[in-house]
Amino acid sequence: MEGLLDIRCCDKCWHRRERFCPESLECATTGPLCHEGRECGEIRSRAISSLRRESPMRPVIFVGTGTCGLGAGAGKTLEAIGRWRESTGRDAELIEVGCVGACYLEPIVDVLIPGRPRLSFSSVSADRVGTLLDGAFSGSPSKDDAIGQYMSQGLVPWEGVQDIAEHPFFSRQKRWVLANCGIIDPSSIDEYIANGGYRAYSMALRTRTPAEVCDIVERSGLRGRGGGGFPTGRKWKLALAQSSDTKYMICNADEGDPGAFMDRAVIEGDPHRLIEGLAIASYAIGASHAYVYIRAEYPLAIRRLREAMDAAREHGLIGRNILDSGIDLDIVVKMGAGAFVCGEETALMHSIEGRRGMPRPRPPYPAVSGLFGRPTAINNVETLANVPDIVRNGAEWFSSLGTAGSKGTKVFALSGKVLRTGLVEVAMGTTLNEIINEIGGGTPDGKAFKAVQIGGPSGGCIPAGHLDIQIDYESLKSFGAIMGSGGLVVMDEDNCMVDVARFFMDFIQRESCGKCIPCREGTKRMLEILNAITTGRREEKGSQALERFQGVMQLEQLGEVIRSTSLCGLGQTAPNPVLSTLRWFRDEYEAHVFDRKCKAGVCQSLLLYSIDPEKCRGCTLCAKKCPAGAILGTPKAPHHIVPERCVGCGTCREACPFAAITVE
Amino acid sequence: MINITVNDRQIEAREGETILSALRREGISVPTLCFVEGLQPSGACRMCVVEIEGQNRLVPSCSFPVEPGMRIRTHSSSAIAARKTIIELLLASHPDDCLYCVRNGGCDLQLLAQDLGVRQRRYRGAGTPQNMDLSSPAIVREPSKCILCGKCVRVCEEIQGVSAIDFIGRGSRARIGTAFDEGLNVSSCINCGQCIKVCPTGALSERSSIAAVLDAINDPGKTVVVQHAPSISVTIAEEFGMKPGSDIADIMTAALRRMGFDRVFDTAFSADLTIMEEAGELVSRIRNGGRLPLMTSCSPAWIKFVETFYPSLIGNLSTCKSPQQMMGAVVKGCWAPREGISPDDVFSVSIMPCTAKKFEAERPEMSRDGKADIDAVLTTRELAQMIRMFGLDLANMKGEPADTPFGERSSAGKIFGASGGVMEAAVRTAHFMITGKEMDNLRIPALRGFDGIKEASIEVGGVGIGVAVASGLGNARKLLDSLVAGRTDLHFIEIMSCPGGCIAGGGQPTGTSPEVLKARMQALYNIDRDSALRTSHSNPSVRRLYEECLGEPGDHKAHELLHTSYVARDVPR
Repeated sequence: MEGLLDIRCCDKCWHRRERFCPESLECATTGPLCHEGRECGEIRSRAISSLRRESPMRPVIFVGTGTCGLGAGAGKTLEAIGRWRESTGRDAELIEVGCVGACYLEPIVDVLIPGRPRLSFSSVSADRVGTLLDGAFSGSPSKDDAIGQYMSQGLVPWEGVQDIAEHPFFSRQKRWVLANCGIIDPSSIDEYIANGGYRAYSMALRTRTPAEVCDIVERSGLRGRGGGGFPTGRKWKLALAQSSDTKYMICNADEGDPGAFMDRAVIEGDPHRLIEGLAIASYAIGASHAYVYIRAEYPLAIRRLREAMDAAREHGLIGRNILDSGIDLDIVVKMGAGAFVCGEETALMHSIEGRRGMPRPRPPYPAVSGLFGRPTAINNVETLANVPDIVRNGAEWFSSLGTAGSKGTKVFALSGKVLRTGLVEVAMGTTLNEIINEIGGGTPDGKAFKAVQIGGPSGGCIPAGHLDIQIDYESLKSFGAIMGSGGLVVMDEDNCMVDVARFFMDFIQRESCGKCIPCREGTKRMLEILNAITTGRREEKGSQALERFQGVMQLEQLGEVIRSTSLCGLGQTAPNPVLSTLRWFRDEYEAHVFDRKCKAGVCQSLLLYSIDPEKCRGCTLCAKKCPAGAILGTPKAPHHIVPERCVGCGTCREACPFAAITVE
Repeated sequence: MINITVNDRQIEAREGETILSALRREGISVPTLCFVEGLQPSGACRMCVVEIEGQNRLVPSCSFPVEPGMRIRTHSSSAIAARKTIIELLLASHPDDCLYCVRNGGCDLQLLAQDLGVRQRRYRGAGTPQNMDLSSPAIVREPSKCILCGKCVRVCEEIQGVSAIDFIGRGSRARIGTAFDEGLNVSSCINCGQCIKVCPTGALSERSSIAAVLDAINDPGKTVVVQHAPSISVTIAEEFGMKPGSDIADIMTAALRRMGFDRVFDTAFSADLTIMEEAGELVSRIRNGGRLPLMTSCSPAWIKFVETFYPSLIGNLSTCKSPQQMMGAVVKGCWAPREGISPDDVFSVSIMPCTAKKFEAERPEMSRDGKADIDAVLTTRELAQMIRMFGLDLANMKGEPADTPFGERSSAGKIFGASGGVMEAAVRTAHFMITGKEMDNLRIPALRGFDGIKEASIEVGGVGIGVAVASGLGNARKLLDSLVAGRTDLHFIEIMSCPGGCIAGGGQPTGTSPEVLKARMQALYNIDRDSALRTSHSNPSVRRLYEECLGEPGDHKAHELLHTSYVARDVPR
């Protein structure tokens, strides 16, 4: 198919791929602007309509092959669809799209039959492809497997299938950043353009000065989505105000928080949105060089990004003299090796410079002296992905959504003990309750909700009873958590909060760069204290019990020193998971320390197993299965567990056919 | 100037300077473990944190700039508590073997633990077990004592331009190591020892030769000869509480005799010898169209630096051995035979401001018939330790002159200890060799002082000779890169590896301030000012040595004993 910019409506059209004018994009989408002609305009709107698949000529099958989809088996599904198409001889276009966000429904396959709304099916494993597609193509899709249909005027709706906009997972979302993800073909720049893409960039280049762009973004109230929440427009203004022959714009795509993957989803599902945001930001601060620092563990995202950059370059949207504006922009993809600390901006810059990724003190701030000593602005993927719509729709459009201090939307990675997991994008100010219980469907299996962990290793927990707080930067902070990059891990009664704190501390102390003493040594000591708390009495030697008591008394004080003296954000926030669990779940700590009990049953070596002699029939099964040889007894007589030998694995309990083994 | 308030007192600060620099000028002391004067602050140790009104966190004073009206508390309870906790965290996994440690009594960590009143082990934890690196002939690394302040890494990279070591690993497994984590001996380390000088603990130290020297002294069959480098007499006094810049050459000579050394010679004598050979080499290269610029070869770390990083410039190096090795060669090659002692029965010791000299003495080029010319090298620090071991009270000792024939020196040989000294001495003699006349003024101010690179064009017999002096190998790099890029106006280059020259060598007393270095350098130039014998070619003992043993400068015997060759080194760079 020829590209949007290749359209030759008539002889009068002088636009050529190799010769861009400032209005090339507008001319190709809403034009013609270079000459008169109603027919020529119709040619364009037909092309746009076709790219938006408003009235397709033939059926289209969409497969969600983001990393999450592939993990759920979308690769095999894709192959199976190819085979199905061959064997049935059906004429259907097959398109790979990114992730729509509903991870719990993957692999997701959409079917678009001409004249009918696009239908979305869940959990389409390879073996179910035939049945599902046969049904959909013959006009009687399986209603049980359908997630919903994308309603649109003029199309004949499928009966008995709900509008996807009313699906509980989607109905409360406000999909701005994720608008295209899972919907459009990420490898097609024309689809992005047909859906309004790059128009903001073109408009900014033509009609706005860099200072005006900074101003729009500042007035919009957009704040950094990567953790700190610094006002984006103000950051740009600082960099713009510096005079330097070279400036750098950096996109931080080093998404490192365990459980956060919104940046990956955006790049995999809608890479041009990021490129456009990055291009606008570069223009706004006066940078002609930009970097995308992305972790090498994201091979698909890197591939999609590179392909998208090539396409943008071909379309004259990056490179030299972009859209005849005199503006140049060169974007370089720099792969990181996956060190968590490289998400910290000064460490990230060191890494790009080819040095070891270690933070340095600020000031000087990157806006003054950043990459290679030049003024630099750094924003994360989600922040930049917000920019095109802000520039196109205006600051007021963006700031009309949200709370007093936090505007727009935020994408969260919802996971853990919740019915519906995935990426959810909600308006700032949405309550945690709405996200967890209404979008996420609450905790499964009737278990009691305990807490939600927000913001990953730098964040904290918010307990039941406070779920009515509205999501914004300040309110989360007041609860000892942070927005962070938007990880939301839901925990129920089966989760041990001490163990959760231990998990994050283990992560942090391994990922500390090792430069400053409080973070390097302090987090290690905190981990050791938590290990002591969660280690059973039988494994304690010498004065370890005393140390355990001492340790708990030191946790808070140590946390305070680490917070107040560490070099970078990683260290300064490192104690948060411990401090916040201590704040809300002190009783659990006390139970671990004093009673040596883990109520949730997670801390294995604190569990005490015993055999109820009344119920035990002496079948010997438990003794045979016990890996530690801790169960004694003669056949047909009640058995006994030697507590000193028991490792708390619970194998006996699973093996016992008479439910004679109890645990406390 | 701007006003800031520190501990409720108004002080003036310079715009743009850091809080630490303002505090130090006012005599307010906050502890540091990673701060190195003159380098970019790294902000690693967090010991220098202070409380600033309105800041939610403590602020590192080493990197935070002053702002007008800033209100600072340097010793608030939270700042002191934080510092104490940081020290306690370091001690939690630090080996408890202070009594056996080379830095016992001179360790910054010990000192701070004492100052902050650490009396109880509140934190304990296992450190990552790490092996000592004993592979280098010059430097011993004991990583378990390393507190990762990173000063050695920064000095090695930013001052010396070598980067033999860097951080490896993350989190509590972070450590300092070489490329591929192998021994220092197979790394690009040039043995300069600047890392030892900045190390706050016993993680880095020189490889000690005290035991070998004591054995030799106690061996009745050995004649133990010792030489001391030009800078030692103006630095050793500091180890005994005397004023920096005190010259105690004669007292040191007496002390060496008390310890049992049989002969005490002065390396400044062989420095004169070096000048004779090197000035001759320069004159010959200029006259015969040899390879220029000629580069000095006194500093063994510099030699390894060229062999490692600029092998294409090996041909520019003077083939002269260093004064240490010239002395070693003439002691065993001229003096011992004349005294009727078998060279095998001579144990030749040198006292050097330098760790790289230990490496140099072990170079195969510095042995004849498989026997080394120098048997043991002691640093200034090791000498001080031996003096203490022997209970010698320097303050109450009378000085004694050095032994003949290698104890007589000119002051030209003495100023070898300062950056620019070799050049100044060589110019004096080259001028005499070319014109047959002494220079009108022997003092060449352009070559003196602490500038990293000093250049001059010196008129000798109507011809301008372009000379350059660099100290600190980062500075040398700049000069060498300009040569590689095609610069041709230079005839003679002096390089000293350590910034300021041997007075700041890697074997000198640790923890020195710029003021102390200045005093040391001034002491050398005062000796030159007050000396009657100020040129190497007029040293009668040197002339006699040529007559009796070596022949003419550059002759066969002189060449065999006094010249050497170099090898390109293929190590990870």
